[in-house]
Amino acid sequence: MQVTMTINGTEISREVEPRLLLVHFLRDHLGLTGTHWGCDTSNCGMCVVTMDGVLVKSCTVLTAMAGGREIGTVEGMERDGVLDPVQEGFMQEHGLQCGFCTPAMMLTARALLDATPDPTVGEIREAICGTTCRCTGYENIVRAVQWAAEHPAREEVTA
Amino acid sequence: MLLERHGPDARLVAGGHSLLPMMKLRLAAPEFLVDINDLTDLDYIRVDGDEIAIGAMTRHAAVLSSAILAEHYPIFRDAERVIADPIVRNRGTIGGSVCQADPSEDLSAVAAALGATMVIRSLEGTRTVSAREFHTGPYETVVGPTEILVEQRVPIRPGSGSAYEKLDRRAGDWAIAAGGCFISLDGGGVVTDVGIGLTAVGAHHFCCPEAEAFLRGRVASDEHLIAAAAKAAEAANPQTDQRGPADYKRHLAGELTKRALRRAVARARGEEA
Repeated sequence: MQVTMTINGTEISREVEPRLLLVHFLRDHLGLTGTHWGCDTSNCGMCVVTMDGVLVKSCTVLTAMAGGREIGTVEGMERDGVLDPVQEGFMQEHGLQCGFCTPAMMLTARALLDATPDPTVGEIREAICGTTCRCTGYENIVRAVQWAAEHPAREEVTA
Repeated sequence: MLLERHGPDARLVAGGHSLLPMMKLRLAAPEFLVDINDLTDLDYIRVDGDEIAIGAMTRHAAVLSSAILAEHYPIFRDAERVIADPIVRNRGTIGGSVCQADPSEDLSAVAAALGATMVIRSLEGTRTVSAREFHTGPYETVVGPTEILVEQRVPIRPGSGSAYEKLDRRAGDWAIAAGGCFISLDGGGVVTDVGIGLTAVGAHHFCCPEAEAFLRGRVASDEHLIAAAAKAAEAANPQTDQRGPADYKRHLAGELTKRALRRAVARARGEEA
């Protein structure tokens, strides 16, 4: 079946199997491998993307159900060579170890900060409770999100 | 209508967080899926006369953050806070949850406790079914292959208190056991009305009328709440599985009902938010 959607601002149209999950469409058909495939049961949260601005687990969305919608992946966070403050925060505060959860964590943090620019530690922990860090590096992840909250402007970032 | 054309080979998919996992496990294999996510006019929570109407496409996140439900029925907030995680709650719907009819599902117990009414529509018209007659067994409801659940209606009970207590193995998991209730008291502290719902413990239609009948007309003393909770434990018919042995779950059915009743009474008295 023919499916058309907008991914990171670019309209994309492809012929896909009706059963194809969005996570596999992104990774295997479009090569957007920043979205990771973990548990496949909507528990681990590695496959998080935004759909019409809302965080969803793409292992539990059919590609066909994303038709006509706007999808955001980690590849869309950097703009014109400038990192999102969240990405910068994960670098500054060493918010990753193996890196497997990092794309999902960063998208989750971006959605949190868009809704709540100055979150408490409790709000950060609640927001990321649907994404699992198996390195258990949560302390630094929380600090990374706090760093991004304290440095909200893209212009301020220094690599 | 697509459901008329394809009959039982077609399934509605809303948030997909019950149906897609079932398809991955090959427990469901529909030939056709009808995506109803564009039915945004079924996404609402509003006061309608002396009832609260909740559209079937209302997402868990909206139920959790609803000021109307927080004011009238904190049981919804209690239950939603422990359903999955915030990202899953962005997607899953209240209609999908109750229609999945998982015997461990939380909102089915909430609907049973509150004596909600389910509004079901088809090309032939609209019919209503009590939440306590909605489920016909595990993963089965009265909703026919050419019908759709469109709304849940809950009677407003001014001055009542409500609460939900759940125990799970890890945050956001399915319940090992859970119990919820509402309770209405008169000026003398006598129970004028009460509804008790249980999930994951094999309670028939997610409710326990024996415990409710015991409490009605009695003073809401701690002694009576404990006795009612014991009746809830008797009404439970849990199975031993990977979440725990049957006798442990029966104990939980009583304990969690007791905690929910205590909290609901405190809320009815204005002692707790």
